[in-house]
Amino acid sequence: MDFQSCVNIKKEWDIVGARQLGRDIAKKIGFGTVDQARIATAISELARNIYLYAGSGKVCFEAIDDMNHKGLSIIAVDEGPGIEELSQVMEDGFSTSGGLGAGLPGVKRLMDEFDIVSEQGKGTEIKVVKWLR
Amino acid sequence: MDAKLKSLVLENSNDIVKMWLEEVQNNKNKEYTSTISDELFESTNREFVNVIFSSIENQGLSSELDDFSERLINLGWPLSYLTDGMQVFRRVTIDFILSQSDKVDSEYLSRVMQKVDAWVGPIINRLVNEYSGSWEHIVSLQRVALQELSAPLIPVMENITVMPLIGTIDTERAKLIMENLLDGVIKHHADVVLIDITGVPVVDTMVAHHIIQAAEAVRLIGSTCILVGIRPEIAQTIVNLGIDLTKFPTKSSLRKGFQSALELTNRKIVATEEKDESIEKLIDSLDGE
Ligand SMILES: Nc1ncnc2c1ncn2[C@@H]1O[C@H](COP(=O)(O)OP(=O)(O)O)[C@@H](O)[C@H]1O
Ligand SMILES: [Mg+2]
Repeated sequence: MDFQSCVNIKKEWDIVGARQLGRDIAKKIGFGTVDQARIATAISELARNIYLYAGSGKVCFEAIDDMNHKGLSIIAVDEGPGIEELSQVMEDGFSTSGGLGAGLPGVKRLMDEFDIVSEQGKGTEIKVVKWLR
Repeated sequence: MDAKLKSLVLENSNDIVKMWLEEVQNNKNKEYTSTISDELFESTNREFVNVIFSSIENQGLSSELDDFSERLINLGWPLSYLTDGMQVFRRVTIDFILSQSDKVDSEYLSRVMQKVDAWVGPIINRLVNEYSGSWEHIVSLQRVALQELSAPLIPVMENITVMPLIGTIDTERAKLIMENLLDGVIKHHADVVLIDITGVPVVDTMVAHHIIQAAEAVRLIGSTCILVGIRPEIAQTIVNLGIDLTKFPTKSSLRKGFQSALELTNRKIVATEEKDESIEKLIDSLDGE
């Protein structure tokens, strides 16, 4: 792991900032255009959820460079209300905001690893990883 | 005593200016002035300190101050150059006054500081206001400029209209897209609208949602919406996200979309024989460019 950088999410345009930084890092690691698009889209979903449901939080990036594999790890953290129906949220089409509800299940499909910890009243932390193949 | 302080400072302005220049010159190493030539930096410093003195002398803010800050704004000098300069002026002036006084008790000290702050404060406020005013102005102009190119609608031929989208789509823009699309479809009597997303960097569920809603609205007023310009990597992420776009027509390129639009409006492109040659010539001449 050779660097960690974060983008604070407070305004809608911070989502764009997070996406751009994530895409830059992904490009440096060596991801192709399709994976770059997947990564940028996943960041967009996570950052927008923070903006919409938690009000503020941050998205952090870490390049993974071990002996046998390279990849990008992204952590989205907020101290918002937390997610009540964790299992429902991971099903397609569940939304409390009239959205498509495809965000979180979509992120899970876009990335290789997906971990979510959410505690009501405390906040949400989502960690995802994309491996370079 | 106030009048005495003022005349003390004005009469010794040469000494104060010298001390000020020395300190400010040292700030030259700061990042923001590294690209500015030494001569320009020095002449600006002199002008700055003259403006400060004339503001103090005239008991208030001179038009010179506004002219000076306006020029620096246009040259792109950072506000911190001015606020740093004012802080140095405050410090240097207080030091100077104290060095000229034989008895310095805390009451005297606090009066000196009050007086100097009363000179410096309004100047700083004025400079900060000028700067932030100009920033707000620029931001609002750019916002208008951005809105103007947000969601253009191009009636390419009778009943067929194209909306090319370029750049990030945020909530505000998504609203504009919807409004312009519906207004335009009615105004241009469009049977088919092509939304071209070639220039949209990321299509997440929010963008997809807005596009789906816009297409649905267009359908409700009796027209057809074709989504074109879906780059391969975008097509893949849309599938991964699990977004269902099967309900309305999509085409990879604007050209293919336009062909469908022609079919939908019962038209097609035919080459008129006599003109074949001249069209080829035209194309050749374009290729040559
Ligand atoms: N960071 C978060 N904090 C609190 N609630 C969240 C957060 N992220 C997602 N949610 C909840 O999960 C639901 C599903 O999210 P998502 O799959 O992104 O779909 P959508 O954003 O379209 O509703 C949201 O409607 C919201 O209720
Ligand atoms: Mg979402």
